[in-house]
Amino acid sequence: MSLILIIVALFAALNMEHEGHYITGMDNQIVWGVPHVVAIFLIISASGALNIASIASVFGRQFYTPLSRLSTVVAITLLIGGLSVILLDLGRPDRLLIAMTYFNFSSIFAWNIILYTGFIGIGIIYLWTMLDWQADKYRKPVGIIAFCWRLILTAGTGSIFGVLVAREAYDIVIMAPMFIVLSLGYGLACYLLVMCLFLPEQSWQVFKHRLSRLLAVFIVCGLATSLFYHGANYWWFDAQAVEDFLLFGDDIYPWLIWGGYLILGNILPLLLLGFHFNQNSQASTLLISSLVIAGGLVHLYALIIGGQAYPMPLIEGYDSTSSFFDGVIASYSPSQWEIMLGLGGFALSLFLAGFTVRVFRILPESK
Amino acid sequence: MNKIDQYRRKFLGAASAAFVGITIAPGILLQAGNAATAGQGVSDAQRWGLLIDTNRCEPGCDACVQACNKENGLRSIHGPKTDAQWIRKVSLKNRKNGHVLNMPVMCQHCAKAPCVDVCPTGASFKRADGIVLVDKHTCIGCRYCMMACPYKARSFVHEKLTDQLPHAPRGKGTVESCTLCVHKIDRGDNTTACVQACPHGAMMFGDLNDPDSAISKQIKSLGSQQLRKKLDLDTGVRYQGIPV
Repeated sequence: MSLILIIVALFAALNMEHEGHYITGMDNQIVWGVPHVVAIFLIISASGALNIASIASVFGRQFYTPLSRLSTVVAITLLIGGLSVILLDLGRPDRLLIAMTYFNFSSIFAWNIILYTGFIGIGIIYLWTMLDWQADKYRKPVGIIAFCWRLILTAGTGSIFGVLVAREAYDIVIMAPMFIVLSLGYGLACYLLVMCLFLPEQSWQVFKHRLSRLLAVFIVCGLATSLFYHGANYWWFDAQAVEDFLLFGDDIYPWLIWGGYLILGNILPLLLLGFHFNQNSQASTLLISSLVIAGGLVHLYALIIGGQAYPMPLIEGYDSTSSFFDGVIASYSPSQWEIMLGLGGFALSLFLAGFTVRVFRILPESK
Repeated sequence: MNKIDQYRRKFLGAASAAFVGITIAPGILLQAGNAATAGQGVSDAQRWGLLIDTNRCEPGCDACVQACNKENGLRSIHGPKTDAQWIRKVSLKNRKNGHVLNMPVMCQHCAKAPCVDVCPTGASFKRADGIVLVDKHTCIGCRYCMMACPYKARSFVHEKLTDQLPHAPRGKGTVESCTLCVHKIDRGDNTTACVQACPHGAMMFGDLNDPDSAISKQIKSLGSQQLRKKLDLDTGVRYQGIPV
């Protein structure tokens, strides 16, 4: 199934590259669309997925040690999935070598390219320290480096938006720490999803209570940070108008934030976890993780697309009109190509994780 | 440990080391020479810019837009949402008193250009004489500059192009914007297509660094404003007749 989705995504990317981006829903007003939502979700989830390994080797919680290998594998594969989507959405994906050899060090994006590729490299070394008993002595120092790297990486991803002074929705320093906190829940949800797909139910029984509690804690942290972000934007950072638009406007964004993110992505999973729905079985954890992932995607969609849709004022106190949609709330309908590409990112991550689990001793019960 | 295990261990070790090398090395080793030629042949003695008098800019007139399109080979292909617009006519209305302003808006050629700061490959660059351009050879089409531009002045080429003009190179999958008619400046025309075309004399081109230039004298006598001044970008395009 994953392979089919990957092939479909490659076909979509080829088509976008061949025809040009006019076949997508993106345009000169909404320049980043669904592929960016998916890519950013996968990238921040990648850093979050590494937390299980960090809890074991950096913070010394032995209970999580058998789960560390899968944590590292999921982190690496999620990042590869996210980067693939962002690469294939470029106007010139054939210029990958230019992106990797021409660096503008004043650009947070350029730093992120180094952070992302470095994360994959460090993740592989980290995995090696877990798989090879002779390398066991290096696990803690490598784990500390990986943990610090992952924090910087997520902050860097948040800063992609945080440095955009042009747009009211983004120009706020909280974006970087918010992405770090959000990554905890999203990453663990992705991790649990992969774990439930590949781990036998019997082994799951050993870990389910603690991991479910951890997910609940991370969901609460993410929710609190999101509330703080919107509240701070609304009351402190002079972005009341754009927050009004995102939270209470007539467009789709309030529905996504209140209905999709808050209720489906946070409150419902918390209720299911709180009441030990179906004894925290693998099936229920799959459902809860999927809800958290869907909620995260919807939240990022509202922030990334909604933030662009809101018009930029040229002169304070004046309404503007033009042939270039000045003063107009931009509309966006994702095309099938973008959705295919986005799904392909998830499929690639899952395929690579599944492949690695089959080939190496990754799962907790592997001998 | 049997022999096969040893071989497997060695193979995996070597493969992992190679992969780590491939992922990290480009950032450390492969920094090919950046576009060092950008800016050569021009000097920071000049700072080219535009002055737009909104009191003279007539509603409904789009002579500047038409001239820009003709000069740079721009045309509508798939409709206004994806068509490139290097310059556009904007009409602004005061919410309280109904005061109406008309003005062309294009790349503001900022001294502290956000597009230049955020471009990962350095394809967005500022020449020594203040003109902000896109290097078509190194633009990867990430559109981060479009996210960063406070004036929505950049366009992405959404489709194949077949009729580019030699002096205005364009390409599918790359970002572009007003070049301040750099080809005309470099050949010594000392003006831009939009300024030449304006029938109302609302636009003026010149050297902002030269106190004796007509543009500097005009700014000195009547003052000028920048769009979104709060952002402190020190724009090369200035306006008269807009509120402070």
